[in-house]
Amino acid sequence: MSLGLELLISIAIVIGGVFVLVGSLGLVKLPDLMSRLHGPSKATTLGVGGCLIASMLHFWNLNGHPSIQELLVTLFLFITAPITAHFIAKAHLHTHQHIKTDLPSPQGLYGWSTYERLPKGIKSPAPMSMPAIAHSNESSSDTRGDERPAASS
Amino acid sequence: MIEYALFFSFAAVAIALIINLWRLATGPTVMDRVLAGDTMVVNTIAIIILYGIQNNTAIYFESALLLAMFSFISTVAYCRFVLRGDVIE
Repeated sequence: MSLGLELLISIAIVIGGVFVLVGSLGLVKLPDLMSRLHGPSKATTLGVGGCLIASMLHFWNLNGHPSIQELLVTLFLFITAPITAHFIAKAHLHTHQHIKTDLPSPQGLYGWSTYERLPKGIKSPAPMSMPAIAHSNESSSDTRGDERPAASS
Repeated sequence: MIEYALFFSFAAVAIALIINLWRLATGPTVMDRVLAGDTMVVNTIAIIILYGIQNNTAIYFESALLLAMFSFISTVAYCRFVLRGDVIE
């Protein structure tokens, strides 16, 4: 094994380990869940990606042909990490009603789309340049979070 | 050189797993615990891959792929259970 390739693999392994550690450190140090989501969903995914790149180079050098399995794991992790973060954030928004009153009003015609449905006849969300109107709580949503009493309105 | 990098990375991932375990035990909300469990599975995938590099076998990648799929499905199922009260309606 040439020294350059060995150095490259070692750097990828070290970068992977450091980013995995940083992601988990962010999970502990940051104050609330919406901040804590940043660490695992970005830094940890990048760390695992570094480890997988190192493994890919190592086994390419060892076997003489590139293997597709590492690429598959990388692809799967990088596709599913944003979906997981989105689901966790949505569940957190709907299990804590006091967040709803703390959120700033969005700049479109309607409120946050995770809490309210669009009015009938509207196909797409309002463009960002329209003036903001305070969002109403009368339109119902299909999620369980809205069935609980709102903190205030 | 790779051996030293592997030792460093094993130590880093092990510390990360312990930190995640702390968050899993003392998470204030349910979603904190779900997030900590998801991160622990991702760290386990990293440690499996590093172990495969150390032992020069490519036999562990199937387990890493299976763990990635199970972590995604279980996290989505947890979130859906918290959101809707049911996983499959």
